Amino acid sequence: MTKVATRDAYGQALAQLGAENKDIVVLDADLAKSTKTIDFAKVFPERFFDMGIAEQNLMGTAAGLAAVGKIPFASTFAMFAVGRAFEQVRNSIAYPKLNVKIAATHAGVTVGEDGGSHQTVEDIALMRAVPNMTVIVPSDGPETAAAVRWAATHQGPVYLRLGRLAVPVLHGDDYQFVPGKAETLRSGSDVTIIATGLMVSVALEAAEALAAKGIQATVLNMPTIKPIDRDAIVAAVAATGCVVTAEEHSVIGGLGSAVAEVMVEAAPAPMVRVGLQDCFGESGKPAELLAKFGLTAERIAAAAQQVIARKG
Amino acid sequence: MVDEKMQECLARQAKQIRRHVIAMTQAAGSGHPGGSLSAAEIVSALFFAEMRIDPQNPAWPERDRFILSKGHAAPVLYAALAERGFFDVAELVNLRKTGHFLQGHPDMKKVPGVDMSTGSLGQGVSAAVGMALGLRLDGKDARVFALLGDGELQEGQVWEAAMAAGHYGLDNLTIFIDDNGLQIDGPVEQVMNCRPIEDKFRAFGWNVLTIDGHSLPAIMDALATAKATKGRPTCIVAQTVKGKGVSFMENQVGWHGNAPNAEQAATAMTELG
Repeated sequence: MTKVATRDAYGQALAQLGAENKDIVVLDADLAKSTKTIDFAKVFPERFFDMGIAEQNLMGTAAGLAAVGKIPFASTFAMFAVGRAFEQVRNSIAYPKLNVKIAATHAGVTVGEDGGSHQTVEDIALMRAVPNMTVIVPSDGPETAAAVRWAATHQGPVYLRLGRLAVPVLHGDDYQFVPGKAETLRSGSDVTIIATGLMVSVALEAAEALAAKGIQATVLNMPTIKPIDRDAIVAAVAATGCVVTAEEHSVIGGLGSAVAEVMVEAAPAPMVRVGLQDCFGESGKPAELLAKFGLTAERIAAAAQQVIARKG
Repeated sequence: MVDEKMQECLARQAKQIRRHVIAMTQAAGSGHPGGSLSAAEIVSALFFAEMRIDPQNPAWPERDRFILSKGHAAPVLYAALAERGFFDVAELVNLRKTGHFLQGHPDMKKVPGVDMSTGSLGQGVSAAVGMALGLRLDGKDARVFALLGDGELQEGQVWEAAMAAGHYGLDNLTIFIDDNGLQIDGPVEQVMNCRPIEDKFRAFGWNVLTIDGHSLPAIMDALATAKATKGRPTCIVAQTVKGKGVSFMENQVGWHGNAPNAEQAATAMTELG
């Protein structure tokens, strides 16, 4: 299977969009080669601003550019975009609802060898809590390209969570991103697996393994964490009676929490959240870290069997 | 040099702005009179002489921008905007009240003429950098002005922004430092000394001027110099008196974030004339 990192798809999509819309500007904080904004910078140097290693000013400057009509994409590692500059994102971008796209790469433990200081597992929780913010976690390259394209047309702040690691390509190049909507990748009546980001392909693997045991799983790709697709969650619970969520993020505040909030209010049912269990990441190879933190098809399949057993 | 007639006009506006600051904070029962009063001449000069703005068209793309980075001085900005015709002067007494648009700190979504939401210190100056970059990119001759406090200079983000403005040679950006010497916990030098201010901005590539921040001719001359300076941003360190114009508020830390009661407000109004 072809693999592409969502950050690579981001850089390519930006360079294409730059040609179509002259209002698009890109800012980075000395990580253009890593976030792939360099793809845009090479073609449109006059619309690329390296702000140096100064993330607070990166976000504030992006807000100012938006205030004079530009469509800024501000990029750095997710740890710094959301962590270091949280209050700038909150007060300079989200509070005045300025049209800034925060495209943050190197989210989650698949940053790998750099270790826990650089592996944010709280960014979805933080961004989800901020009013006016849309939160998108693409599952693959084509979904990233489509989401970037959508974000450029949307009036308001968007947080795009991107990864370092090459991940399987699940969608065709003609894929249309629909904001706020889940995508059904597989239908089954025994359990629903709702996944986001690189865990979507892992969830599909889990569904294969479950099918081999005679268990039929529905798999939902949830690229928009906020606003979450309530209808899809309620319908999935009605159809299967139990849910497993899977994310490369803490189980506190991320996709699992967002789904649980909908279920507890609108469709109570057995549920298990697969993700980091309130812990930090560490150094290692991405595949080894995914295994270490239980972000695997085996863990999702085991969780599915647990929730099925809890059904009444 | 600014002519006498213009000077008189700006002085009259500064006095009117001060009167509004007292009336607004008294009506609100809270707010920040000290750092609003210290900036009355600066704001008067910008809104009634220097800036290219149109109260009938607050979103005019060609307008000059003003960012109150020291957002707690919202009363001085609101007073200037109302006097300049951006909204009804009668609204000023609704400052900080539930359901009214004059928020405790400037909100660009709610107040006509406010170009950036501010209040969290250090953030406005970064937005000013972004605006200056964007306007230059579009080939517009609109200029960007920001007003910072001297205490605000303790925020690290100010220096990130100062570095960026110098690096990008933003000569369409002019900032004022309202150097009134006091912050909530006491004199700036005692709380966390950030002086010398001038040397720091110069080191980041800025054109730096130090003036008497209550002298309208000095402010107007400095603005003319800023406009004529090419290739680098200008920082005008305006030496001011916190609480200026009201004897019992002048140089008193206690009036940073406390509103006058009715009696104090009446005394202040008599003094202001």
